Amino acid sequence: MSKNFAKRQVLPGFGITMGYTVTYLSLIVLVPLAALFLKSAGLGWADFWKAVSGPRVVASYKLTFGASLVAAAVNAVFGFVVAWTLVRYQFPGKRIIDAMIDLPFALPTAVSGIALTAVYSSHGWFGQYLEPLGIKVAYTPLGITLALVFIGLPFVVRTLQPALADLERESEEAAASLGANRFQTFTRVIIPTILPALLTGFALSLARAIGEYGSVVFISGNMPMRTEITSLLIISKLEQYDTAGAAAISVVMLTVSFGLLLAINLLQHFAGRRFQGAL
Amino acid sequence: MASLQTQHAVLASKAPQSGSFFDEPGSNVRNSNIPSQKSERQQEQDSTTMSIDVQHISKTFGTFRALDDVSLKINDGELVALLGPSGSGKTTLLRIIAGLEAPDPNPGTSIRFYDEDVSRRAVGERQVGFVFQHYALFRHMTVFENVAFGLRVRHKSTRPSKEEIRDRVERLLSLVQLAQFSKRYPSQLSGGQRQRVALARALAVEPKVLLLDEPFGALDAQVRKGLRAWLRRLHEEIHITSVLVTHDQEEALEVADRVVVMNNSKIEQEGSPDEVFHSAKTQFVMEFLGQVNVFHGRVQRGKATLGDLTVDYPHYSGEHEQPATVYMRPHEFEIRRASNGKPSFPARITRTHSAGAVARVFLETEDAASVLVELPLDEFAQLALQEGETVHLYPKNARVFVPSESQ
Repeated sequence: MSKNFAKRQVLPGFGITMGYTVTYLSLIVLVPLAALFLKSAGLGWADFWKAVSGPRVVASYKLTFGASLVAAAVNAVFGFVVAWTLVRYQFPGKRIIDAMIDLPFALPTAVSGIALTAVYSSHGWFGQYLEPLGIKVAYTPLGITLALVFIGLPFVVRTLQPALADLERESEEAAASLGANRFQTFTRVIIPTILPALLTGFALSLARAIGEYGSVVFISGNMPMRTEITSLLIISKLEQYDTAGAAAISVVMLTVSFGLLLAINLLQHFAGRRFQGAL
Repeated sequence: MASLQTQHAVLASKAPQSGSFFDEPGSNVRNSNIPSQKSERQQEQDSTTMSIDVQHISKTFGTFRALDDVSLKINDGELVALLGPSGSGKTTLLRIIAGLEAPDPNPGTSIRFYDEDVSRRAVGERQVGFVFQHYALFRHMTVFENVAFGLRVRHKSTRPSKEEIRDRVERLLSLVQLAQFSKRYPSQLSGGQRQRVALARALAVEPKVLLLDEPFGALDAQVRKGLRAWLRRLHEEIHITSVLVTHDQEEALEVADRVVVMNNSKIEQEGSPDEVFHSAKTQFVMEFLGQVNVFHGRVQRGKATLGDLTVDYPHYSGEHEQPATVYMRPHEFEIRRASNGKPSFPARITRTHSAGAVARVFLETEDAASVLVELPLDEFAQLALQEGETVHLYPKNARVFVPSESQ
């Protein structure tokens, strides 16, 4: 895109909107984040390394990023199914289901965490049947993943819906008339077309999961080395007045998250570039 | 329409040039300049194989009847145009032939390709090439990948080798004159180029029949004309049985071997472009193909009258006077300043317009009916017609349609 910055447009205002964007981003995002870096820099290199590489911290990274990736992947698959159902079919109650998708957005996360714990604990509605099968949900990484799936689902559904609605029915018919079976039509025509939207949904869901706190703390049980997520670790550092340590861990989280999101964005750029007409 | 008795009628006046567009009074044989193609064609149909044969097709969408007991046979190697206004059922018929839509399950319904019943086969098994109005190209694939798609999705046992696929795709791309664009994405092509890619993609699977659904509908007029002529040439080259859906009568008459005019979920008339244009069987076909001047006259005792004009109409001999609609094409008039004694009607020129291949003269009759006359430019220049003057119009040909007689 080598367009002029501020081409003549019907609606003027590039200057004011750009200025607002920069100021706003600075005040709300950049300044607090810079403060975070500054705070952790006060530690000195050796202490910083010690703070962010302790076994308990490393275990929490693994759990947080692992569970978040799994949850985002699960959401990508099942969010696709939900979005597909909502876009492609007409059925009674469709509006209600469509509205329900947004509930994880609206609900205080602690409420959803408590609800999930109640249902999946060993005496809960589902938990009591799963437990004899050897499946423990509450107070295990599985439970954490479940909570992350719950809060991430709307991101995938909401980003996929417009993409699926935009799909030309004719290109599916074209594929069928050329002899492609349903599976081939799905994997070679539909999926590649919606891939950029799917990646966006995945990235949003992942980002949300990495930063999640409220819903997880109730279902995880917070056992060090086993079910302790990084956000919780940061909170407990703060409670011990170890602000610099908390900031150091936050910096690591921030850097890794930024790296992941950037990678997904690049991937999406390459997937989408082909049919956006850029040479 | 069953309620219309139609007849290509004859002016009673013995015109001097009774030959070209005039028929012998009382005769039932029409237009001597058009050979009796119909009977020839019918014989041909009986002897050659029918590449597409659909019988008694009906289709309802909810309460809307899109097709009402339609039957159609298409010869091997023929290019047939399904022509009609939107909602006439032409696209539905095409989609049913393709297998993209299923006809209503009626006892007599059948769809056969080359004497093979295909009605139970899915679209992918019918070996049809389908070209969509909005191209329906796979936008994440290059031109090459689009054309190769149909070959690459084949089962291993029937899939050509990589080299064969490449050869075939390259051949097809040069056939549609897009060889140099094989690495482009559809978004980097113009509309006309995209539709040619779609055509190459459809031909890649070596279909038995090619079905085109308003293929030039989304293109601008200039490109349409070019592609139309190109499609005709391509058809001469590869001779694949093709069905083209269009609402553009010019396109249908120019490109097709045979035109099937559809209206109101039924076939109104089918025949060669000449037949449907010059010997319209119904009022609808008359009005849909080309421009017409419409007059309202009456019929009685084998004659239709329109002011001073009398037209033979042997199909109604009743005593009871009936209203009739009389059609005259704009080019089937003669304009004279002075009366020459033959039946004519006076009209006042309201506007003339000569920037075109023919001069168009807009007139108004005494009873305020507007008439359009088309004259060759030299004749128009010779007459030096002025706006506002009153002239005499001599129709050279007229067609009379009467609602079914209820005597």
